[in-house]
Parts: sequence; structure tokens; C-alpha cells
Amino acid sequence: MITTTDLTKVYRSRGREVTALDGVSLHVEPGEMYGVIGRSGAGKSTLIRCVNLLERPDSGTVTVDGQDLTALPGPRHRAGRSLRQARTGIGMIFQHFNLLSSRTVRGNVELPLEILGLTRRERARKALELLDLVGLADQARAYPAQLSGGQKQRVGIARALAGDPKVLLSDEATSALDPETTRSVLQLLRDLNRQLGLTVLLITHEMDVVKAVCDSAALMEKGRIVEAGVVSELLATPGSRLAHELFPVAGAVPGGDRTVVDITFHGDSAGQPVISHLARTHEVDVSILGAAMETVGGRQVGRMRIELPGHPDTNAAALAYLRERGLTVELPAQTAPATGPAPLDRSPAPTEQGPTDELAPEGTR
Amino acid sequence: MTWSQMEPLLTQGTIDTLYMVGWATFYAVLGGLPLGVLLVLTDKGGPLRNVVANRAIGVIVNVGRSLPFIILLVALIPFTRFVVGTAMGPTAAVVPLAIAAIPFFARLVETAIREVDHGLVEAAHAMGGGTWTVVGKVLLPQALPSLIAGLTTTVIALIGYSAMAGAVGGGGLGTLAYTYGYQRFEDEFMLVTVAVLLVIVTAVQLIGDGVVRLVTRRTRTG
Repeated sequence: MITTTDLTKVYRSRGREVTALDGVSLHVEPGEMYGVIGRSGAGKSTLIRCVNLLERPDSGTVTVDGQDLTALPGPRHRAGRSLRQARTGIGMIFQHFNLLSSRTVRGNVELPLEILGLTRRERARKALELLDLVGLADQARAYPAQLSGGQKQRVGIARALAGDPKVLLSDEATSALDPETTRSVLQLLRDLNRQLGLTVLLITHEMDVVKAVCDSAALMEKGRIVEAGVVSELLATPGSRLAHELFPVAGAVPGGDRTVVDITFHGDSAGQPVISHLARTHEVDVSILGAAMETVGGRQVGRMRIELPGHPDTNAAALAYLRERGLTVELPAQTAPATGPAPLDRSPAPTEQGPTDELAPEGTR
Repeated sequence: MTWSQMEPLLTQGTIDTLYMVGWATFYAVLGGLPLGVLLVLTDKGGPLRNVVANRAIGVIVNVGRSLPFIILLVALIPFTRFVVGTAMGPTAAVVPLAIAAIPFFARLVETAIREVDHGLVEAAHAMGGGTWTVVGKVLLPQALPSLIAGLTTTVIALIGYSAMAGAVGGGGLGTLAYTYGYQRFEDEFMLVTVAVLLVIVTAVQLIGDGVVRLVTRRTRTG
């Protein structure tokens, strides 16, 4: 539904050059929710602006719904008629909502309908229909200043859906919202994705957003996509950085005669009492150093860092058992404090923090 | 000078002043609004970015703004005569007043429009809107309170300028204050004229503020 090939974009100002995009190729399947995650400055904002050509890439192509947008003629800095036409079929929502304070909620939703050239009556009908869809029909006459952040973003979503788009671009749409509101807005996006078959490309710096709603994800760093794929498959990939960042397991890896194992649960294995079974059948004392378990896309997934007494060689049978149960097993480097790459979130959720003490009692959070 | 002598003069003077300021304001909006919008659109980063056009408009506006009005008034006499047929009277005074007010208002329009959040412009573009959609449906409506405040400032500046127009026979309250109050040492007449001007300026400011409040009230309060 969305394909970018080899996008590059360099910003030049006062002799300095900043490479925002350095050969980005991305493919979003129809009906998919695709999350691009990265720190600020990674180029994700530029990437999403290139998809509807709010930014024109220096090179590379953008194809949305089979149409090569980069090939559409535009008189210099302005968008030509054909590009403007294509944009009416691509919805976009923003971090700071970008609603007109001079218009009512309904007036805001009607703006794209005015651009589409609908009559007054059609506009009113469609706007109320859209507001109903996002659960704000009763606020049609309110002004944006009278709404909460979550409500404003719902208006933004209603407005983005005005042109019956097949694609919705979300530019950090939940980053200005509190966690609870974030969840409800994400849930709305997920519902729209399911009900309308809407393809959603979202960019975020919050791993939780990807965890909560994304089918696929890409990790962006310094203008490049360093890893991309279907989330459930990434979790099953040993050494996946996204898997590490989605489920960062804390817990120092002590040296000495111990075996520290990072295991990733995905799919069916998550429902089984693997750890207690391991302890019983192999008669080993298992300490859980840290764990992060969650439901992703309706399935239980997560990662856990456990510790077994004895050298890894002596635990070969136990490790083989874990692999047999369909878990991904990794031995982190035995250098404390090895916790994988630093999480992207500056403040990881408490559930992702495991006990860090070597003698920590068993148990997960 | 008695009140019965003053009254017809004051009435005519007030009418002339309002006439001059009214028409000059009309032309200030007619010329200043598009110029101010173009100053923003042609600037770098704007959708119609054009360095030459932007500089040219900028120079015209700056020249118009830096000339002392009294100089402009005299310098424009041939032009005024060409346009109106005479350089005397309130109608003739409208010409220099309008020409002074257009760049004045244009700068205020530019400032007001620059204050509009760029995110809104981006949102309109993302919806498929073109430049004129952005101007007509985003920039002008969002800047409306600032535009009205700017217009109020322009009208009040014009009232001041119109008094100067009196010095070259423009008519209005300025002429009265100058010929009767200053040249004939009629201190009372001077005071009354100033009082009338004060009332007009205050009324304009109050009306302007009131309208600004009216258009912002619904958007700012919760």
C-alpha cells in the first residue's frame, strides 16, 4: 500500500548539512498497522512527511496505493493538482492536532470536505457521520479550545478520514497525550484499521505504541532503517534489536559459575508453564532476573532473563529443553551490566524493570 | 468664539475627518491585505517563495513607512492632482492618507499572518489544499483577531495623519485646529477640537477591542 524506495533527504542550512534520510526503503502492506520507531532526530518525521510529499525527497520514490507520488508534476514548491488530488486520499494526524481554533469541531472536520468540493448539505452529513465514528457527535458545536487532548486528537482523526482515505499517516499522534488517553486513541486507530481496512503508518518514539497496536515495525537510526519486519517474527529472531527494545529485560549478568539465559516467548509457548516444568524435570533452581510480558496483537509475548546455577556447558540439556518448547534462547554477554541496547524510552514502564540484585528472589512482576 | 459659531464648523470638520479616514482605511485594507499576505507567501519557506518579489514588496513597504507623512503629503501633490483633479479638500487628502496607510497596514498583516501556527498550514496541505485554500481558510481566519487589532491601530494612525492633512488644506478637524486654534489663538476652539479627536480615537479603540474580543471569545475560553 505504501512503498518507498531509497529515499534520501539532506537539509542544508548555513553551510551545514544534515542527512535526515539516508536511503530509506519501506514497504507497508494493505490493511497493516506499521510503526516506525526511533529517537528524535532519527529522521522518522521527515520520512512520514515524504510519504505525502509535504517534504520532497532529494531522491527515491514514494508509491501509495499504486500511484507514484514522486512522479506527479508540481510547480516548484507548490503541489500540483494531481498531487493535491492524491493527498485527499491520504489522511494525516499530528502530534499537536493542528486544529483550527477559529472553527468549531464540525467546521474542522468540514475543512477537507470543502477542499473536496462537497455541497454544504453533504459536508454537514459527512462531518456528523465522522464525528459519530470517533465518538464525538455531541461535541460538534464545541471549539477545539474547549476539548481535552484526547478529544482533539479524535477530531483530528475524524478530519483525516474525511476523504475516505485508504492510508492514514500518524505523526507522533499520541506523544502529547497521557498514557490512558494514548491507549484509547490507539484503540480507536486499531478499530478503524480493522473496521475500514485502513492502512496505518505511524511514527513514534514510544515502544509501547508499537507494542500495543502495530503488526509490523521498523527501527530507524540516523536516517536509516536498521531493522524492519512483522513484530511477531521479529520477536522470534535471535539478536533482534527491536525485540530487545520492545521487551527490554533488565537484570545484571553476573560473572562466575552461572548461566544467564534470555528467553523470548512468542506464540503458543507463552501459555505454557515452561519455567516450572524446566525446574522440575531438570532439577535446576531457576532464578528470574527480569521479565517483560505483554499481549501483542492478541497473543502473549515477552522476554525473560533467567539464571541457572553452573556453567552454560553443564546446562546444555536445560537449554535444549527450552529450545524444544519453541522459545528463542539467547545467552547474553557475560559482562555486567549487559541489558542489551539502551531502551528508547527515557522512562521505561515499571513492568519492564526486573530485579537487578544477583540474589533477587524469584518471581516476575 | 461662541459655541453657536463653533458648532457648524466642528460638525463639518468631524464629517470631513471621518470621510477621509473612512476612505483611507478602505484603501488600506484593499492594498495592505494582499501586500501583507504576499510578503509572507513569497518569503523563503512560503509556498510562493520568490526572493525578487519579496524584496521588491519589502522595499516598497519600507519606503512608504519611513517617509514622514508631512513629506509624503507634499511630495504627492502632483499625483493627487492627477488622480482627483485637485490637491485641496478632504477627497484630495484621501490619496496621501491611503498611500501612507497601505504599507503601514501591510506590515501589521504580515506580522499577524506569521503568528499562525505553521502546523495548520501543513495540515491544510496534507488534506490536499492549495495555496489559496491555505490563505482563505486557514491564514486569514486564524489571524482574524490580530488583523482586526492591526486595523484599529491603522485607523487611529490615520486619524492622526488626517490632522496633518489639514496643514495643506485637507479639511477636517486638523484644519480647524490649525486655522482657528493655532493661527487665530482661539485656545478654546483648540481644546474642543482636541476633545472631539480624543472621543473619536477612544471610540475607535473601544470598538476595535470589542470586535477582537467577540471573535476570540469563543476560541479561547473553555
